[in-house]
Amino acid sequence: MLLTVLSGLFFSCLTIPFGKMLKTKWSILLPIVPLLLFAFFLTQIPLISSGNSLYQHINWISSLGVNFDFKLDGLSLLFSLLITGIGTAIFVYARSYLKGHRYYDRFFGYLFLFMAAMLGVVLSNNILLLFIFWELTSISSFFLIGFNNDNAESRKSAITSFCITGLGGFFLLAGLILLGNIADTFVISELIQAKDLILNHQLYPVAVIFLCIGAFTKSAQFPFHFWLPGAMKAPTPVSAYLHSATMVKAGIYLLARFTPILGGTPLWNNTLMIVGGITMLYAAIHSLFRIDLKGILAYSTISVLGVLTFLLGIGTKEAVTAASVFLLAHALYKATLFLVTGIIDHETGTRDISLLSGLGKVMFPVAIAGSLAALSSAGVPLTFGFIGKDLIYEATLHTPQINFKWVLTGLAIATNVGLVAAGFMAGFKPFFGKLPQQFAGVHLPYTSMWIPPLVLGVLGVIFGCAPGITGHLLTEQVAKNIIHHEITAPLKIYHGFNQVLILSLSTLAVGTLVYLMNKASSRKLAFIARFKALSPEQIIIGCGEDLLKISAWATSLSHNGYLRSYHLKIILFAEALLAYKLWHSGSISIDLNMLTQPGLYEIAVALVFVGALGIMVSTSSRLTAVVSMSIIGYCTCLIFVFYSAPDLAMTQFTIDTLSTVLFVLVLYRLPSFINLASRKILYRDAAVSIGFGLILSLIALKVWSEPITKDISHFYGENAYLLAKGKNVVNVILVDFRGIDTMFETVVLSIAALGVYSLIRLRLKPTEKE
Amino acid sequence: MRSPILQAATKYLLPILLLFSFFLLLRGHYYPGGGFVGGLVASIAFVLHSFANGTESTMKLLKHKPLSLIPIGLGISATSVSLPLLFGLPPMTGLWFDEPIPVIGMIGSSLFFDLGVYLVVIGVVLTILFTIALDNLSDKT
Amino acid sequence: MELILIILLGMLYAAGVYLILRRSMVKLLLGIMLLGGGTNILIFLLGGIVKGKPPVIAEEAKLFQDVFADPIPQALILTAIVISFALTAFAIVLLKRVYALVNSDDLDDLNTPEEEDI
Repeated sequence: MLLTVLSGLFFSCLTIPFGKMLKTKWSILLPIVPLLLFAFFLTQIPLISSGNSLYQHINWISSLGVNFDFKLDGLSLLFSLLITGIGTAIFVYARSYLKGHRYYDRFFGYLFLFMAAMLGVVLSNNILLLFIFWELTSISSFFLIGFNNDNAESRKSAITSFCITGLGGFFLLAGLILLGNIADTFVISELIQAKDLILNHQLYPVAVIFLCIGAFTKSAQFPFHFWLPGAMKAPTPVSAYLHSATMVKAGIYLLARFTPILGGTPLWNNTLMIVGGITMLYAAIHSLFRIDLKGILAYSTISVLGVLTFLLGIGTKEAVTAASVFLLAHALYKATLFLVTGIIDHETGTRDISLLSGLGKVMFPVAIAGSLAALSSAGVPLTFGFIGKDLIYEATLHTPQINFKWVLTGLAIATNVGLVAAGFMAGFKPFFGKLPQQFAGVHLPYTSMWIPPLVLGVLGVIFGCAPGITGHLLTEQVAKNIIHHEITAPLKIYHGFNQVLILSLSTLAVGTLVYLMNKASSRKLAFIARFKALSPEQIIIGCGEDLLKISAWATSLSHNGYLRSYHLKIILFAEALLAYKLWHSGSISIDLNMLTQPGLYEIAVALVFVGALGIMVSTSSRLTAVVSMSIIGYCTCLIFVFYSAPDLAMTQFTIDTLSTVLFVLVLYRLPSFINLASRKILYRDAAVSIGFGLILSLIALKVWSEPITKDISHFYGENAYLLAKGKNVVNVILVDFRGIDTMFETVVLSIAALGVYSLIRLRLKPTEKE
Repeated sequence: MRSPILQAATKYLLPILLLFSFFLLLRGHYYPGGGFVGGLVASIAFVLHSFANGTESTMKLLKHKPLSLIPIGLGISATSVSLPLLFGLPPMTGLWFDEPIPVIGMIGSSLFFDLGVYLVVIGVVLTILFTIALDNLSDKT
Repeated sequence: MELILIILLGMLYAAGVYLILRRSMVKLLLGIMLLGGGTNILIFLLGGIVKGKPPVIAEEAKLFQDVFADPIPQALILTAIVISFALTAFAIVLLKRVYALVNSDDLDDLNTPEEEDI
């Protein structure tokens, strides 16, 4: 399984050196990769259908609990088949769709990357590994949405979607780590064993909320749904693949995967039901007001994602079965509709459904594909969508919350009516009616473009007519993976004349009616646009802008660009902190016997020192300041002499001399100091600096009065001669015990010298030119 | 600032100071002194010479750019650090000749390390000061 | 003497802070040097000061016979002195270069460099 994931990454990398070749006839090789993967997963069906799972474990960072743990069970297999199967269709399609595009090679690089990441998500048995792939899907989605990178709208949509899914990613990571810490394992199959522990843990609600935010952002649930319509800026094959069939379902996958770990509680079920319910109805209504084909499809996709979340929230075996069937049905018909839309856009140059009609006369096979998908989406009998809808009603009618039975059913009906109409708008409207004059010259696209949607559309009908093909895998294994409950009821086309059938048929009738009455026009678009200010999108973007304003205000408050004001703030803060700590650290007691008596020389030196310091601070002459500086240095040097530090004294003396030379060399031509500050500011600064000096003196006194251990010094003293054959301990420390430090000190010195050298040389160049 | 007295004095001072600095370097392991101080004293000797005779003539005296002393010094230090590796010992292990050498005393790898420091310090200080001094000269002309 | 040193280092810090609060770049540099000097004395003091007993082992001995000054602060300060020279040199050249470009020692003039200066 690692191989299947890695192969995508491998081919993604291959597109870098061999990208040029892809633009030629070699591109025929592209769809072979997903096709082979698809074939591989198909061969696993018998094994998985019989109730087994496939495991693979490769150590990676075992100490952190991150390993390549893979597991193939029913749920993973369903998604893997979707990813590779629809992937194959998309690859075939995109090869023609983007023919001659400037970034042809790049596109397939991203697509391979996405496929690998997505397979990684559904196959991972380790939650941290899952997270890594999860983020990879966000990244590849970012690149694909912004694929037309010279379009400002594309870039903006890419950033929006990346921010939203990235935000969700953070929450997801937090939630996953929380779960891992509670259960002390990062392996999914072990987490399931620890279910009781997790459910009873006090942080359980936090983990659920975090995980849900991660899943909701990815699967475009209300109120994070708005990135998905924006993501339609991507090339149509990408919309079909990432933003309807696979990636957005990663959130659904996550919820399904974690149902056996976190599910079964009111918190889990209600959150999913409420969020899913709002999303499905909100998006279904919205889709009716769109006139852009992709806009309609985007909102109906959001609505379907809402339905899936809703079904997982109900969480009964009927609901879970419905979710798995509907997931597959939707992937098939929605991918078809997107691909058909892509063809229409490609051939006519517009996606406005108020303009499109009658195209069936000029592109018959495409019309068939579109109509089949529309029928499946509407849930007309003998399509797979019909079975899905049946199961949804079955699920809502048999919820454990009997009181809300009709509320939930009503929600589902309303949503489905919207979905029927949206499906008809996208799949029927462009192909029937009168062919406008302007589209008379439109012709059928490349064969490789209309075959994939037709195949997907026909599959929808085949599965619908013979549900037994998928039955084993879907109803038994997938549902078993989600709720750990054996389900034996096979899928049937006809359940007999009952409540569910009546609901199904009436939904279809009402939906058709809505479609016929709902005339697409830009007026409606304007109508819905009026509510934009209230939409979550505007609220979130507004919050972001306000945040920027606040931070700009805070920045302007504290950052005025003057170095000294930063110094002042830093020093005042340090003073406050140190003073507080000093105040609380008790009194200082000085043992007078510990003091060494100062001699006359020392006192004289100290006086000179103080005098030089005073001159330095107050002088207005640069040279005087530098001379005072060197006097201070020499005084320090004398202090070192008096108190047994001959090495220091020598070094200080020579360095001081050299520094003075340096200063004089550079500064003698600078003007003298000008007093720029007012008297008030001078007093303020003086007070601040005296305070700082005082505090440091007190700290020094305090530290000095505490006893210190001298083990290390004694070690050096005792071993200097024995180990290093030296008698000057300071030198021995420098060149022997701590030799590496000295080594790097000389490196630092060299870097400084090189810096000086190059700075001066840099300045010489322009003058040399003149 | 060209005083004949200083010029005459540096003629003798330079070798004496250089000798002194080398002495400081050698005895550093036993008495106050060492690579840093030695290097600084040596560079002061050259700075003094440049004060008396002008930076150009000091540069002439040196023949090479002081910058080239830096890699030499670093090389010597690094060699003395890594030399013990050849004998299968951890780096920085002190290696010593068995017999003391007259005048200098015991010679070991740490002396070479200090020699490297000495050269780097001279190179750094002279590079900094002379580049600035030469730059000032070129500004004037 | 410890008390005198403590007072001296406090004054060094105070003067250093005062100077880095000024607008002149040269004063800023001098202030940083003073702060460095103050820190050296602080470290020196905290190692404990001993008069007339450098950390050098006597001629004929192999170990210290007596109380000796702490070698560790001395080694630290020695390194600090040399490094601060490198810092000073680099800073001073930067200053020289800035002065050549902006023709001013005023830090505030650096905030809005004119186009041709860049």
